[in-house]
Amino acid sequence: MIKNTNKLSFLLKWEWMLVALLILINIMNASLSPYYLEYNNMMSAIMAFLDRSFMVLPMAIIIIMGDIDISVASTVALSSVMMGVSVQNGVPMTVAILICMATATLCGFINGLIVTKFKELSAAIVTISTMILYRGIAYIILEDQAASGFPLWFSILGWGDIGTIPLILIVFIAFSVIFWLILHKTTAGRQILAIGQNNTASIYSGINVDKMRLFAFTAAGFMAGITALFLTSKMASTRPNIAIGYELEVIAMVVLGGVSTSGGKGKIHSVILAIFVIGLLKYGLGIINIHSQIVTIIIGLLLIFSTLLPSIGQRVMSKLKIIRQMNL
Amino acid sequence: MSDIILELKNITKIFPGTKALDNVSFQLKRGEIHALMGENGAGKSTFIKVITGVHRPEQGEMFLGCSKVTLQGPKDAQKYGIAAIYQHVTCYPDLNVAENIFIGHEIRHKLGRLNWKEMYRISDELLQSLGINFNSRTQMGTLSVAQQQIVEIAKALSMKAKIIIMDEPTAALTKRESEELYRVTEQLRDNEGASIIFISHRFEDMYRLASRVTVFRDSQYIGNWELDKVSKDDLIKAMVGREVSSLYPKAKTDIGESVLELENLTRTGYFSGISFSVRKGEILGLTGLVGAGRTEVCESLFGIHKADSGKIIFAGNEVTIENPRTAMDLGIGYLPEDRQLQGLILDWGIDKNITLPNLDQFSNGVWLNDQKELEIAEDMFKKVLIKAQSVQATASSLSGGNQQKVVVAKLLTTDLKVIILDEPTKGVDVGAKYAIHKIMSDLASRGYAVLMVSSEMPEVLGMCDRIIVMKEGKISDTMDIADATQEKILEAAMVKSVKDRQ
Repeated sequence: MIKNTNKLSFLLKWEWMLVALLILINIMNASLSPYYLEYNNMMSAIMAFLDRSFMVLPMAIIIIMGDIDISVASTVALSSVMMGVSVQNGVPMTVAILICMATATLCGFINGLIVTKFKELSAAIVTISTMILYRGIAYIILEDQAASGFPLWFSILGWGDIGTIPLILIVFIAFSVIFWLILHKTTAGRQILAIGQNNTASIYSGINVDKMRLFAFTAAGFMAGITALFLTSKMASTRPNIAIGYELEVIAMVVLGGVSTSGGKGKIHSVILAIFVIGLLKYGLGIINIHSQIVTIIIGLLLIFSTLLPSIGQRVMSKLKIIRQMNL
Repeated sequence: MSDIILELKNITKIFPGTKALDNVSFQLKRGEIHALMGENGAGKSTFIKVITGVHRPEQGEMFLGCSKVTLQGPKDAQKYGIAAIYQHVTCYPDLNVAENIFIGHEIRHKLGRLNWKEMYRISDELLQSLGINFNSRTQMGTLSVAQQQIVEIAKALSMKAKIIIMDEPTAALTKRESEELYRVTEQLRDNEGASIIFISHRFEDMYRLASRVTVFRDSQYIGNWELDKVSKDDLIKAMVGREVSSLYPKAKTDIGESVLELENLTRTGYFSGISFSVRKGEILGLTGLVGAGRTEVCESLFGIHKADSGKIIFAGNEVTIENPRTAMDLGIGYLPEDRQLQGLILDWGIDKNITLPNLDQFSNGVWLNDQKELEIAEDMFKKVLIKAQSVQATASSLSGGNQQKVVVAKLLTTDLKVIILDEPTKGVDVGAKYAIHKIMSDLASRGYAVLMVSSEMPEVLGMCDRIIVMKEGKISDTMDIADATQEKILEAAMVKSVKDRQ
């Protein structure tokens, strides 16, 4: 029982640590640029990283279940290229959007199918393979060229506002609410956590583990499709190398959000905080023209620090306990 | 005294909560094959681990020849020429025989370069002395289990082992392979002058090979006999010989019609031709030695691994059980053997564990309902008498018996007709054992059909209405409780040849 409360208070601290980090970064950014806190500037800062953040939500679910999906960025590329090529060949934009979403969902479904049918393969190996495969197909379709010629209205997705709020932010909030409800308020969410905690016991408790995993990977594909739509709209063109390296940033956001890499633990709201921490940190470092490689180093250090913190915390706790016992 | 090569006196080994060995003594004569027998959990494995230096006993002395020794670890035992060969060979299948023999104690040239020539020469010599027809360059993975065990023996000899312990080496072998192993074992004694401790559940092994036998029961030394002066019946009596006490509150029930029927159920490599039925209000015991295929039969009934052929008939209809969900929806519940790995989420509270199998019943559609969940969990918490600070205490903080009660509570939230319990009281203290037996008896009285897998003879005899004994994947005997005795069960589990079935 004592152990339990310690854990709870620690998790609370983790969320507050992210909040503190976020405030710190905002103070830093505000002192670096006098315009930072202006509404319009703030919105454009947020829009800069929200496109990839759609993938963070299903990735959190997948990592909580003890899996991983490394192919998400390649899925973005393939579905975006499929959409671009369709439009170039005279397919109406609405149909092209459907093609994009269908491609992405199919990519995720294929990942899920392989992972559940061949349990001897780890999700990491499977999705590294499909990461290469999906992007390879994108290169075959478009070679090393750009596809453009999207209708003007398509750019609304990436640049449009509803009232004064960017469309992308509204969609992101909507998806965040949906994923938060799924993980924390539904029976499916409880089962996701159970699978991550103890896969075998979940099977023996009658949970259809395969179905849940298949669903999670398919959801990751679908959300990669959403990313593809917003990203392509913002850039008004697409290339096979679009979204390259996004998978690592997405995984980094999930891990910084306190999701246990061994599965079974995690909260959607912490993950959302982590999205803003990394996104705004990068933006701030951009203001003062810090070289992009140094930005990577800083984020790497942040990640190592954040993943180590729980075990450091535990070590300190047990030291304290021993000292307390010795005093008694 | 020089006749005795190994002697252990008054060994006591304590694990948290249990005495694994209680004042045990043992003598091994030079150049003999000595059988060690006892039921599952009688303390044989712990005893072996004391001899090989894996466990250090709390009390007692060990003598090699005439000198007292204290083993600091397995390396020490190796140094004194003690080697053990296990049922599951731990080898490197991609390396060849000589590489396997010399791994960890390679022969080297002066500068540390490996002396392969010498290693192959010695390996071939060893294999030849054991009368083996494969050479030292054969890849280990291509050999049969029996041949791999012989390589293990060669490895022991290469380390100059004088005392060789064989732990159920024949359990995974066919009759022909066992013969080969017998021959090599005898050669080991006659040509190499080794002394051998042979552990086996099979009487045929023992009578064929050993000259003396020592029997353990309940962590205690019972006695040792010359094998030509002791009958099989006396040995069985020595191995079981316990009284069935009031630990078994079995109420008389009215046994109704059959609920679950198996017809010729077969899963290749695990069990074959299994046919039996479980009836309403009945507790049916499924017993036999570990590895006889009991758990595997249950797992097929619960949809963990599908059977290859045969029929499962539930309430009169033939059914296909695809996965645990279909089994539970039909009304078949399963309490798995390993509660920590298969039964519980240790980091979670008792309440969340209890509601996990049937979340949809305690929720509003897809939405969780904390209030409803807590109510059902507290209800169950009281029903199965879990001892914990609160219903939210983590499962990992509970004792083994209380953990098992949580797993039982999980089962009871489902609307079941058949309950399968796999070793329900394994590693559980006496109080919890009684409580679990009481629940079991109540369930049967309320008309559930109960199938209990157990290796514990008194439990089987104390709780069941009917007993099925399995041996090597087949049913070797079925008996009514009125006719059942420990001796009969043990005989069926170990000796009796499998009855011919059409």
